[in-house]
Order: sequence, then structure tokens, then C-alpha cells
Amino acid sequence: MAAESSPYRLLGRSIPYIEGPLKVTGRAEYTDDIRRPGMLVGRLLRSPWPHARLKSIDVRAARAHPGVFAVLTGEKYPTPFGVLPITHDETAIAVGKARYIGDIIAAVAAVDERTAEAALALVRADVEPLPEYSDPRVGVTKVPEPIHARGLQGSNIQKEVIQHFGDVDGAFAHAAYTARVRGVFAGVTHAFTEPMATIAEATPDGRLTVWSATQVPHYLHRSLSEVLGLPMHRIRVIKPEVGGGFGGKSDPLPHEIVCAALAIESGRPVKILFDREDVFYTNHGRHPTQNDVRIATDADGNITAYDIEALIDGGAWSSFGTVTTYYNGVLAMGPYRVPNFRYKGRRVYTTKPPSGAMRAHGGTNIRYSIEVALDELAEAMRQDPFDLRARNALPPNSRTINEFRITSTSFLKCLAAARAASGWDQKFRRMPFGRGVGLGCGFYISGSNSPIHFTPKMPQSTVHLKVDMDGGIAVHSMQADIGQGSNTLLAAIVAEVLGADLERVHVQRVDSDVSPIDLGSYSSRVTFMMGNAARAAAEELKGHLVRGASEILECAPEEIEVGHERFGVRGRPERSVPFLEALHRAMERTGALTASGAYQTRPIGGTFKGARAGTAPAYSFAAYVAEVRVDVETGEYRVEKIWAAFDCGRPLNRLAVEGQIQGSIHMGLGQVMGETMSYRGSRLFNPSLLEYKIPMPQQMPEVEILLVGEDDPEGPFGAKEAGEGPLIATLPAVGNALYDAIGVRFTELPITPDRVLRGLDLRAKEARAWKGA
Amino acid sequence: MPGRDPLRFRLNGHPAEVPCEPARILLDLLREDLGLTGTKRGCDLGTCGCCTVLVDGRPTLSCLTLARLVEGLSVDTIEGVSPPQGLSPLQRAFVDLGATQCGFCTPGFVMTATALLARHPHPDRTEIERAIAGNLCRCTGYTKIVEAIEAASREGA
Repeated sequence: MAAESSPYRLLGRSIPYIEGPLKVTGRAEYTDDIRRPGMLVGRLLRSPWPHARLKSIDVRAARAHPGVFAVLTGEKYPTPFGVLPITHDETAIAVGKARYIGDIIAAVAAVDERTAEAALALVRADVEPLPEYSDPRVGVTKVPEPIHARGLQGSNIQKEVIQHFGDVDGAFAHAAYTARVRGVFAGVTHAFTEPMATIAEATPDGRLTVWSATQVPHYLHRSLSEVLGLPMHRIRVIKPEVGGGFGGKSDPLPHEIVCAALAIESGRPVKILFDREDVFYTNHGRHPTQNDVRIATDADGNITAYDIEALIDGGAWSSFGTVTTYYNGVLAMGPYRVPNFRYKGRRVYTTKPPSGAMRAHGGTNIRYSIEVALDELAEAMRQDPFDLRARNALPPNSRTINEFRITSTSFLKCLAAARAASGWDQKFRRMPFGRGVGLGCGFYISGSNSPIHFTPKMPQSTVHLKVDMDGGIAVHSMQADIGQGSNTLLAAIVAEVLGADLERVHVQRVDSDVSPIDLGSYSSRVTFMMGNAARAAAEELKGHLVRGASEILECAPEEIEVGHERFGVRGRPERSVPFLEALHRAMERTGALTASGAYQTRPIGGTFKGARAGTAPAYSFAAYVAEVRVDVETGEYRVEKIWAAFDCGRPLNRLAVEGQIQGSIHMGLGQVMGETMSYRGSRLFNPSLLEYKIPMPQQMPEVEILLVGEDDPEGPFGAKEAGEGPLIATLPAVGNALYDAIGVRFTELPITPDRVLRGLDLRAKEARAWKGA
Repeated sequence: MPGRDPLRFRLNGHPAEVPCEPARILLDLLREDLGLTGTKRGCDLGTCGCCTVLVDGRPTLSCLTLARLVEGLSVDTIEGVSPPQGLSPLQRAFVDLGATQCGFCTPGFVMTATALLARHPHPDRTEIERAIAGNLCRCTGYTKIVEAIEAASREGA
């Protein structure tokens, strides 16, 4: 790593996570660690049918079973919900139909797990099997029994997006070079270590408290209110520590609502804890996708057009799918200039576990196909892949053809840094057969400019501060730390602005009774949006303290400058007061001081249908080089090193940024090298971490991180996102490196050893000729 | 009749005597019966390592272990390897080097690494990677975990 130079006292350095001591001692409290008096166990009965009409569900025997306190079927709480207000197509428990193997059809609350299981075994369902739709290609036209009534024109199409900017056909007609990649991507899932867990308790004062492992407490809060018919102020949502999410805990999930409903029905606290199979069937991972990407360039290699189609396998529900459908097109708009652009994307319901948002949502699969196509173009026109990309880089302070506003970009610096550090010019096309390097680039949103909920209009993030005479600063916000270190960043920003020691700042657990709304951990929004809100709140509090200091020091507030745990007169180092003295003076009239800061995105982007999708107040950029070594006998390969040049603006906590990049690369390698949600028809065959394999420590390459970003004009202290964008470039860097190593193009992911062997067989003669081996 | 007698073992250095059915799983005994929630339940199938405890000093998946099997043996959990004040050098290294993100796998890694360093105070990188191969982490890419174990091993020198 580069030396840690920073103009700030805390920010820009490595700041260990503030909850670290609790986590390494097992003292951090996750949802399953919480016990409530008289707590019942909630269990779910899941559909064994991929698609079936539920004619009747007889729960009388289950209800009569000793030790059972509540049994629910779908009819009691039938109000549809979903993360996007425009696609409410889920219910807490299936109503009328089961739509995939794993769909919840009944729930019980009982004294213990054994009793709950015994009761579920007594539930009798009379069903009529309906056609199974496991292949999205089948669902694009009218089908006999659509999975949802809202499917487009009697089909299973959940969302269709058609966009056209400029003259794509004209550009292809005049193109000097074209490339086409048809990518096929298996579904992958988050595989966080903490299974979902929820506790709910309805109390005689008419209130409901829900503890849940969620990334987005606010959307859960809204969904509980909508489905249960309780006003939001009578519901209290608490987010304990969350053991990873990566998008998988960002939808309001049916079991969370079921748990609350069971608590209301039984009058007792209820806990639902998922086993690993539940987690896999709940899924919401990255969509299985087929895309078809055509790129045209002029004779010099300037991109003149993209023509993209995507067919996206949605599974049983909409989830974030409308966003997914847009993102698979519009996130192609960077990091290169694209003057003509056409996209047709369709997301199709299937009778499989729902897909949803997973780290680098919507930007990963399309990026793989584009970067592979660019690699082919570079080869065809005998340009270095770096040169081809550099010539097409989006300039700073520009607009894309679909009216994304680009402000800061250090993409050219990413390219230069990755090229130099990796020794690219000595390696590319020069290594012996079986070894190679590849370049892949990345582009991602730093927060979605449009919040998912537009009404009522409110800031995307709010932060409250309270400081009393003890000098401890309590920080409240509904931002959701799920391990990425947002609590630490929140504390560090407050401490930085106030000149305070970090241990003065106490970040409070998310609790909707006291935490002001922040929209939570998705779309890589937290650093940017919460960071700005935190800074604004701290600046307001600083104003009070500065006035206190100026009264003691008998000078104008404008003359006060913030030092470490002191406030002093500018240019007069001998005249200063300690933090506490300034605080106590400032409190004389008001008692405890409070301050509030908020961040609201400003309107940007076009006005055409779908124009908001992909607009962000800033974007991250990446250029990665992967070096691989292939065992041509077994098809196994090893990614030996990745040079990861990333533009996250100013990194505010280097430890966290490094951790996000390393973790993203791990997850990206999983998708490119082996992870697969393995379906036969609609049946998931590998719902466990034994069969769904994430990379082991031995498979992690050395990662050299090159942080080259410059301050973003609107990011807090110049920062942009580093939580999701770092995943994207990993996949094409590996794919292109394999081509350099063995001369085989891989357009179907994951690239498993058997696919490598098959590719080698098919291309053996060509590969020998090509490498001159 | 087996199972009617209380289970006797050493728990975190102290003698323990608890009622225990024959089919009780050690993880359930620790978390549900004894309230030692530092040991995490990640999969119940022995695939993730979050529930790792030490049985007579050896890393053991408590989710696959019948509690009755530890009769007369010594069991150490994350609560037992954490000093009453502050942190162990290994825990300190995990915190300082950012080896814990979401933290759910962390107690398992700390237990595995504690056992590794106890029997092998100066492991090389390959030995560390082999030792932790039974513990899954989805946040860190393992990089900082390996670095923290290396740092703790240098500290112990």
C-alpha cells in the first residue's frame, strides 16, 4: 500500500473498526443472540411444488397440537408488498398459489423447534400442480398459466426495458471494427455467514418491536406497516449486528413479516432463525443472465455504438428486478464514451427462488461481456487493450448520451497505475503457454440518486448528534452497518470535524424509535450520503462548541479554530480551551446539545422514461489486471495476482477500503471461477455451503491495491463508494487473462476446470499456432 | 440410563455439570442452555466453521458434536479465550489489522487460530491457510485474517 498521507487527523488513514473488540470476543450481539422472556420458535412450511394452485390448506390439526400458539396461512395478511413500490407482488405467506420450491405456505409458532416441526407436519395442503417455468426463454411469450397476473401480455415478463439513443444501426453500418459477445451467466448468491434471523414481540401497549438481520431497516419498517396494517409509529425496528448482507438482506423479506404476524397472533415473542437451506431458497442473489453485446468502433478504435440485449431470469418475484433490468443496460454507459446506444432488456419470472440485488447489482454480468468484447476488438485492431480503453475514457465533468452526469473520474489514472504496477508491457502476449494477464475495468454508482420511495419527499440520510456534560457524543442514524465499517466512518467523520478523540463518539444501534431515517446499505450509498449528513450534523454541533470557546477566550467565533480536543484562537497557540470546557460553556443555556444533518440528492439526469435508473451523485472507476496460471492437463487454474487500481475518490478509512476491495475480489473470483446456483428445472440442487463453494483461503491471489482517486467535488471529504464497484473488474480481468494464457475465449460463467479443458480441446490446434508453441 | 446423568466436563477452565439429553448437540448446549452466544451458528452442517470451539485444545465443529462426547474433556469457547479485560494478542491483531468485518465468522477464526498458535507458534503462510481452511469468511477474502494471525505469531516471539 501507498504511504498513508492525509491532510486530516483521522480520515484518510487506517481506522480499526470501532466494534472490532466486541466482534473478536464474541460479545457483539446478532439477532440470534437475543432472547426474550417466553419466546416462541417460529417455523415455516415451504412449498415442495415449483408452481401450484393452493386449493385449500388445512391447519386444524396443527393448531390443535399441544405447544402450538399460532398457525398462519396466507389469507390472514394478504396485502402485497415488495422492495419497489411499483412492483408489490409478494405476500408474507403464499395466497392462492405457490410460485417456487421454497415459497412459504404456512407458519407456526410453538414452544420449541421440535413442536413447531411436528405441527408443520400436520398441515394438509390440497393443491393443483401448475406448469413449471424454469427457462426464461419460454416465458417471453404468452404462456398458459403466467406465474403472476401482472406478467406482460400474458407472458412471464416482469419488466421490459427498451432504450435507444443516437443511431446505432448507422454506427454499425459505418463501423471499421465490430465485436459480439454472447454471455451466459449462472446465478450466484451472497453466501453471508449469518443466516437470516428475526425476533418480533407485540406488547399490550399496542406496539410491535422487531429485531432483524436487515440491511435496510427503513424498508422493513414500511413493509411491516403496510402488510400488518399498523401505523409506522407503533412499530419499532431494531437492527442488531448483521453478519454480512451483500444485498441479500436488503429486501423486506416475507419471514420478517411472518414473524411479526406470529407474534401478534400468539401474544408472545417469536423468533424465526433460518437454517442454511432457508437462506439458499430465499436467495435474492445475482440473476442468471444471458446477454448479447455488440460493439462498433471506427478505424482508430473509438467506440461508436453499443447494441445490447439481456434476458434475465428473475425467479418467482419482482424484488429489485425493475432496477436490475435497467442496470443491465445503463450501467454499460461508463467508463467509456458511448455515442450511440441501444438496449433491450427483459426480466422474466420463473418458478425458481427469486433473484434480487447482489453486490455490484446489475453492473457485473454486462461488464464481463463488454470487457471481453473490448479485448477482442483490441486484438483485431492490434491495439494494446490499455490503449483502446484509454482512448475511449469518459472525461471528467461530462455527460453520457443517456444523460448521466459524470463529475470526478480518475479512470485514466487507474489504467496507468494498473499497467505500470503489473508489468503489463513485459507480460501481455509474451508469457509462455498456460500463463497470461488480462485487463478488466469497472464502473459503478456511488449511491442511487433516486431513493426507492419518493413519497413523502425526504432526505436520503439524516444523522442526529447529542452531547451532554459527560462529553460523550451519541450518534443516531438508520444507516446500517453490516460489516463494511459504516459505524466507524460515521464516528470518524464526527470526530474529525469536532477535533474529538474517536472514543468520545458512541454510535447507537439502529432503532427506529430514535434513529433518524437513512435508507440503509444498498446501492453503495452509505459513505457518500451518510457521510455528507454526518459532516453536516457535526458542523452544526461544532458551531455551538465554537461559540462556547469564543465566549471563554473572548474573541469572535470566526477566530476559533478546531484543534485536537481543544479549541483555540487562530494564530495564537497559547490561547485555547479544552473540548470539555468549551462544551460546558456552550451548554449553559440549553443543557445537552443536539444537532442534525441531512443529505438530499439534487435532481440530475434526463426526463425520458427510465432516465433515473443509474443516475448517481458520483461514480467509481476501476482497472484491474489479473495474472493466471493454467494447468493444461487438469483445466485447473490459479489467479496468482490481481493489481486493483480503484478510484473511490479520497479513501476515508484505508483499512475499510482495502477490506472492501479484497472481499469484492474474493466474491468476484467466486463467480468467475466456480460458484453456481445449480438448478435442474426449477429445483435447486446445491442449497448448502458444502455444495455451493465459495473460494478458500488458498484460492485467494495476492492483491495489490492502487488507490488513485482524486477528491470528488460532492463526496464527503472527497470520497466515493468502495463497497461494490471493486467486484466488477475482477471477472473480465480473469476471463481475459485466461485468453492470454491459453487462447480460449470464455463467455459462459463460471469458468470451471471442465470448461477450460473443453475449451482447450476445441482450440488446441489454433492455440498452438497462435502462441507459436 | 445414559443421558439422565448430568454431563460433566471442563468449560473454559471451570468444572461444569449440566443436564444434557443424549441427542443434544454441543452448539445447542453452549448457545441455548448455557447462554454462551459467542459461538456462532452459521450452517449446522459443519461447512462454515463459525461454531468452532476447542475440545482438549483441538478445533472442533460444535454443530456436529454430540454434547455427550465431551464428557470428562475440556471445552474452550470464545468467551474462555478472551481475557477478563482487554484482548488477547491475537484478538488485538484481528482488530488492528481489520481482520473482522461483519464479525460473524470471527469467533470461529479466533478459536482455530488460537489452537494453531498454541501448537505451532510460528506458522508460515501456507500453514496458516491450511489451518483456517475449514472456516469460511465472505467479507475479507481472508487476506487480513492471514495477516493478523501472522502478526500475532510475531508478537508471541
